[in-house]
Amino acid sequence: MSLHTKNKTLFTLFFILFFMGCNNDNVNLLSKKSIIYCSEGSPESFNPQMVTSGTTTDATSNQLYNSLITYKNDSPEISPSLAKSWHITKDGKKVTFYLRKDVTFHTTEYFTPTRNLNAKDVIFSFKRILDPEHEYHNVSGGEYPFFKSIEFNTLVKDIEEINEYTVRFTLNRADSSFLANLATDFAIILSAEYAQYLSKYGSQYQIDIMPIGTGPFKYKEYRAGSFIRYLAHENYWQKKINIEQLIFDITPSNTGRLTKLLAKECDVVAYPIAHQKIADRPDLLLNEITSFNIGYLGFNTTIPPFNNKLVRKAVAYAINKDVIIDTIYFSKAEIANTIIPPSSWAYNKDIPQQEFSITKAIAALTEAGYPDGFTIDLWAMPIQRPYNPDALTMAKLIAVDLEKIGITVNIFHKYEWTTFLQLVEKGNHQAVLLGWTADNPDPDNFFTPLLSCNSAKHGQTGTFWCNEKFDKLIKKSLQTTDIKKRKTYYADALKIIADEMPLIPLAHSKRFQARDKNITGKLLKAFGGINFTEINKN
Amino acid sequence: MLIFTLRRLNLFIFTFIVLTALSFSLSYLFPGDTLINLTGQVNASPKQRLFLIEEYQYNSNVFKQYWAYLGHLADGDLGISISSHTPISYEIMNLLPATIELSVVALFIAMIIGIPIGFIAAINHEKLTDKAILSISMLGYSIPIFWLGLLAILVFSIQLGWLPSAGRISLVYEIEHITGIQFIDILISDNPYKWQAFQDATLHIIMPACVVAIAPMTIFIRLARTSMIEVLDSSYITAAKTKGLTFWQIIYRHAIRNSLVNVIRHVGLQFANLVTLAMVTEVIFSWPGIGRWLIESIFQRDYTAIQGGLLALSSFIFIVHMLTDFIYAALNPLARDRKHGA
Repeated sequence: MSLHTKNKTLFTLFFILFFMGCNNDNVNLLSKKSIIYCSEGSPESFNPQMVTSGTTTDATSNQLYNSLITYKNDSPEISPSLAKSWHITKDGKKVTFYLRKDVTFHTTEYFTPTRNLNAKDVIFSFKRILDPEHEYHNVSGGEYPFFKSIEFNTLVKDIEEINEYTVRFTLNRADSSFLANLATDFAIILSAEYAQYLSKYGSQYQIDIMPIGTGPFKYKEYRAGSFIRYLAHENYWQKKINIEQLIFDITPSNTGRLTKLLAKECDVVAYPIAHQKIADRPDLLLNEITSFNIGYLGFNTTIPPFNNKLVRKAVAYAINKDVIIDTIYFSKAEIANTIIPPSSWAYNKDIPQQEFSITKAIAALTEAGYPDGFTIDLWAMPIQRPYNPDALTMAKLIAVDLEKIGITVNIFHKYEWTTFLQLVEKGNHQAVLLGWTADNPDPDNFFTPLLSCNSAKHGQTGTFWCNEKFDKLIKKSLQTTDIKKRKTYYADALKIIADEMPLIPLAHSKRFQARDKNITGKLLKAFGGINFTEINKN
Repeated sequence: MLIFTLRRLNLFIFTFIVLTALSFSLSYLFPGDTLINLTGQVNASPKQRLFLIEEYQYNSNVFKQYWAYLGHLADGDLGISISSHTPISYEIMNLLPATIELSVVALFIAMIIGIPIGFIAAINHEKLTDKAILSISMLGYSIPIFWLGLLAILVFSIQLGWLPSAGRISLVYEIEHITGIQFIDILISDNPYKWQAFQDATLHIIMPACVVAIAPMTIFIRLARTSMIEVLDSSYITAAKTKGLTFWQIIYRHAIRNSLVNVIRHVGLQFANLVTLAMVTEVIFSWPGIGRWLIESIFQRDYTAIQGGLLALSSFIFIVHMLTDFIYAALNPLARDRKHGA
């Protein structure tokens, strides 16, 4: 063997050994200690108080922060988080939270906290939202869309520090959804010490860009449109975090996410396509959950012909919901019987699925005095939402269904979204395809915004339906914290809706997620953002 | 050699003037406000705008504007991106190394594989091996690269699961950006996992680099083949034969060296082709290089980025051309005396 060939052989051997050698110590592989989540888009901010988009709450709320109280595993009961307990006065107007004493904030390259969480942090986090004069109120825009939508500033009169670990909220009125709202992904607790530190350097804007929280992961690096890198929070108060790194690989393309999943470049992917392909692979898992939302067909109950209950019922008989689920949602949705999704505790399973029967529809229509049918304007929303991904096609399907009972449908599908909503509020339509996504798991979040007399006044839902009996029921339910009582009130309320039919509930969309079999632990929730705290990699 | 250098520098200056003039005129040719196209300052306040008008001589004649533009270029100021508001020069400095890395590795693969195969074909001139190699190389040349890229992902990433489909390195590894050339950055980093990172980066580059390499490889095969056939036909080879050298001695000592000189001359030309191919490949493999960025800029109508990116890319290709010309001239004294540029 000449020297030359010997060298070559040695080189090849070295090369092979080099690549094999690295594979041997599997235990030490960094990839085994990291989880890559392929997300669908970039977050708008690292503070979920400021935004309501699902992408942002997924990326921030449960990873970086904690709230005072929380919903554990989709259960209807509120459970403790940063607050170990709370107390509500009899009149429901004073709520006191007792904080845990062992909660540490993130220690990062840009900030080292000197103290644990205390009442000052809670007060800072909520004062920022409530007090327009607050130093941080207008930082990063000063919009708090979620808190605005629930009229948080008119509900909360004051928030005060009782002692270092006790905070009291004083409310203007009793509201049993108050706790539910504090348990959402938006009501997170920021660090007052960090804010103080930033003010000292005049860089207040950093608070929402380089976040400091108490959550299971801490911020390391973010490259817009590319990735977010989080590291485990070593001293997380709740439990030891099993993974070292959590990476959000921002992949807006649907096929891109699918490829990365199949090629094992992502451990978990958001909103996967090609469900069958994923289900066929033995090494992958497809998870699904029915979201807290509702897509519906709303009737303008103030003008003929839909001011007549029988006509509304006739339409309900005539619509083939199965076809809609297949065509519009590609079966990624559940048929809605009522406005409440089945996973909510207020769901009433005694209300049957709407029957599909052309003969019954014609009978009802004849009884109502329209044997020859009529013509209506059906407005289809101009944008895509999870609860209605394609309103125009849905309107066309409904038009075909209604033609069979003699109703001619003119479809309106123009204007931009805000103009569309303004015109709906004015009542220019006869029927409209709209929907609603709940902000919190309290069932009131479906009843009050959709069908209360108050909402009828605003007209955003397009029904203008106001039923005093119904209104009384949902108000009564808000005044008590006894879930059993609330359940009966809501069951009655749902019956009224089923009988009066101010709107036809069509579908609750489902949220999907796909993951590698090695990833264990629950990630998806029916409501709110994903949570990586319980996730393990084997 | 001095005259050769001067002549090349002359060419460089003229080409540069034409390139910058073209890039400058693009801001007029693109729709919208010329000054915004040129600077990328979409949300400039009236005061800032006055400043920019002054800076870019916007109220003077076109030649003065062009001169002001050249001044900014000399300062490395290509404006800011309309969509991301970061300086174009910064983005280019970040992205160009990734493209260079991909192209260089691809070029390396194309040469390492293509040239020997070409030689083999030439040695077996007019035999079955030669014909087979020629037809396969023709086939390789005709395959559309985006199709090949997708097919490669389908087979090697999805079906077999051997190679990753996207990016330069798994996001798991945190490598500081120093030179921009990933492999160098990994080696100089103090990351405890750097060997895993190196291995991961190697796996990531294999597929895109091979896809980019296919077309230039076929060209190298044909170039090497033609060049070798020519050399084998020349009189000094006949002389060597009569001296009684064995066939392989002739090939090793005389033929390979002399035919390589001709091939190297074409490397520069191939590089332009290679970068174009790399741009398409970057999109398919989500390679964070300048090609993908440029194509995204086109989608987002980020005119400042298109302008700056085109200028940077074409200057880069031109510089590579010049360099290979110099290398060729250094290797082959005959080329230096040619009166006209190749």
